[in-house]
Amino acid sequence: MANEERLRRTMMFVPGNNPAMVKDAGIFGADSIMFDLEDAVSLPEKDAARYLVYEALQTVDYGDAELVVRINGLDTPFYKNDIRAMVKAGIDVIRLPKVETADMMTELVGLVEEAEAEFGREKGSTRVMAAIESAMGVVNAYAIASSTDRMMGIALSAEDYTTDMKTHRYPDGAELEYARNAILHAARAAGVSAFDTVFTNMDDPEGFYRETQYIHQLGFDGKSLVNPRQIEMVNAVFEPTEKEVLNAQNVIAAIEEARAKGSGVISMNGQMVDRPVVLRAERVMRLAKASHLLDAAGDYISNVKAANSQEGGKQSEK
Amino acid sequence: MKNSVNRELPDAIMKDLDYKPFESVDFGQPEIQRHAPKVRATTGTDKVVDSLEKVVTENLEDGMTISFHHHFREGDYVFNMVMCIIIDHGYKNLTLAPSSLTNTMNDIVIEAIEKGVVTNITSSGMRGTLGDAVSHGALENPVIFRSHGGRARAIESGEINIDIAFLGVPNADEMGNANGMNGETAFGSLGYALMDARYADKVVLITDNLVEYPNTPASIEQTQVDYVVKVDKVGDPDKIGSGATRFTKDPKELKIAKTVNDVIVNSPYFKDGFSFQTGSGGAALAVTRFLRQSMIDNGITASFALGGITKPTIDLLEEGLVKRVMDVQDFDKGAAHSMKLNPAQQEISATWYADPANKGAMVDKLDVVILSALEIDTDFNVNVMTGSDGVIRGAVGGHQDAATAKLTIISAPLVRGRIATIVPAVTTNVTPGASVDVLVTEAGIAINPNRKDLLETLKSVPGVPVYTIDELQQMAEKKVGKPEPLEFTDRTVAMVEYRDGTIIDTINEVKD
Repeated sequence: MANEERLRRTMMFVPGNNPAMVKDAGIFGADSIMFDLEDAVSLPEKDAARYLVYEALQTVDYGDAELVVRINGLDTPFYKNDIRAMVKAGIDVIRLPKVETADMMTELVGLVEEAEAEFGREKGSTRVMAAIESAMGVVNAYAIASSTDRMMGIALSAEDYTTDMKTHRYPDGAELEYARNAILHAARAAGVSAFDTVFTNMDDPEGFYRETQYIHQLGFDGKSLVNPRQIEMVNAVFEPTEKEVLNAQNVIAAIEEARAKGSGVISMNGQMVDRPVVLRAERVMRLAKASHLLDAAGDYISNVKAANSQEGGKQSEK
Repeated sequence: MKNSVNRELPDAIMKDLDYKPFESVDFGQPEIQRHAPKVRATTGTDKVVDSLEKVVTENLEDGMTISFHHHFREGDYVFNMVMCIIIDHGYKNLTLAPSSLTNTMNDIVIEAIEKGVVTNITSSGMRGTLGDAVSHGALENPVIFRSHGGRARAIESGEINIDIAFLGVPNADEMGNANGMNGETAFGSLGYALMDARYADKVVLITDNLVEYPNTPASIEQTQVDYVVKVDKVGDPDKIGSGATRFTKDPKELKIAKTVNDVIVNSPYFKDGFSFQTGSGGAALAVTRFLRQSMIDNGITASFALGGITKPTIDLLEEGLVKRVMDVQDFDKGAAHSMKLNPAQQEISATWYADPANKGAMVDKLDVVILSALEIDTDFNVNVMTGSDGVIRGAVGGHQDAATAKLTIISAPLVRGRIATIVPAVTTNVTPGASVDVLVTEAGIAINPNRKDLLETLKSVPGVPVYTIDELQQMAEKKVGKPEPLEFTDRTVAMVEYRDGTIIDTINEVKD
């Protein structure tokens, strides 16, 4: 995939009908911003929200963030116009809700391709992602994840999923264990990103940290977020340790040394460094950079004075 | 004539009121002869009178200057009580010289203006219907806006010569010993009122709580007081200060607050024994919270926190992170109620706090201050006085005074709604850019180009992009567009003094 190396720790939901939030969405440092035309927007406001997001995409500078839009489902009358407007607006990724089969993605891609031709966008420049919100979707996760070259990632959406499973969300998340692992495996097998579901209780930072640490441990790329205040909390969990950064720097130095010598085999401290180790080191360095842990010369900043000041952050949790 | 910040000032009024144009933020070390109050010697054993009306009619004359304090904030009953009597007796041509005017006073001031009772006003600020009325030319003579330090200076110099000060207090004994700390309507520090008590020719204390003699601690002393008037109620305790302080949950305010903290912590002033002032408002409270964590993480304590005080600052005092709180007024109940309990929370007068014309004010020792802005322009000048419609809706407060700190940070969003906060030129220049060092917005920071040292120190703070203020202004303009210029008439409705008593700007009548 063209941009699989991109960091996607945080995908922030922004209601597409809220001008203030749409205007300010770029200032919080989300890796991905997801404008919502679906559940956040009531029926009478569907057209207004589509228009607002379209205009915002033309005028507001969202910096380096990946721009995603959650369109209305294919069983709604808004589906096709959402696709056309967003492709015309130059959105990076279209997120389809309630995906259950690979065919749903194929149909979406067909319409996206038509819209790209209609509005003169480069073919293939609009990527797609799938939200998996049902047992059927989970069972078909790999087929969905591998349904198109345009696939950016798949995301678990737990509210509808738990309802479909005849349960609800519990603090320990046991009810999501299978879905999380199934979606993660499907994503990794298909080479696309994997996103965990939202955590909506803003008054439970401990629960949020617990869940984020858990999905970080599993290997998710990141998490869907309902509030900008959650961005720093996720980033804190994904922040590499000093030891991880120093180790990654050693690995990268060893690669460069081997290249300079023209050697195909890389060794560090007398041990072979193979491809997975290199890939992991590169990811750690991307995370370190995004977490502002490196200075201009690329060296680890050992004393970031204000780094731990976030309220409810890792430090103050103790 | 123009002053040094390029503001055109009306020659006739400047001459008439004997004003000089603003030149510099540097006060220098002039020798000053202070004004002294008239004293009528009192040898009795009881100053209590039951009739406020009698005190007014026996002492007040047309043309006099009367003063009040605003420590009861929106819960004040005293101002309206006194002004009703004055209006009912048909007094004329009074000068109103309160420390500030709160919204609860607006209706009665407007009535007094309309009836010719009040023809001159000097205040820290005004808002709501009164600001609107003045901006539409209701008052005959221009209002004089002064900072808290500037008012103290003007009282000392006699520029404000208070004939009668009507001072509400939550407690007093029969001779006039009083403080702001005890009683149902306690508001904490009496800071601004201490000036009136020292310099007014007549001092009338108004209280609903007569206590046993001698009343201590005595912030206002019996030596200063002419009358003690007992009334039913001086204020509404629920409206004096906000109750439990709520931290902002607004993610944009939090982002700005965190960046403010990043600037402080990475500045050369963040070291053991530093001092700071944060003020009130959601973002300021959030800064206090971030700063607390940074102080703990870095093992740093502050020698003092200054100015208007809130509960979160008192929490730092109680945690030992701040050694002294130098308190000129209290914004919430937590801060007001702790004053009597904690000897490290020192009540300070407006002159001690912020007056340039004394032998040293607390602001002279202030390292870091965080201030707000209605507008800030590309020369770092700040407006905290007039809104985007040109109407008066703010107060100088301690803004000009505290801005003389070593690190003055203005925290403000790029835009509010559809209105740019960062503009090519402020509508009203209240605090000159020469005293402002860093602007913090949600998009990043701008550093006053005069502060090359800070440009160097802050250029590579992780996650804090540095822009020029022109770039930030353009970002704001890109978001909301270019507004039509405001329209004013030629009539001056207010003069804004700088803290040294020169004129930094004027406010004209708005054209509707």
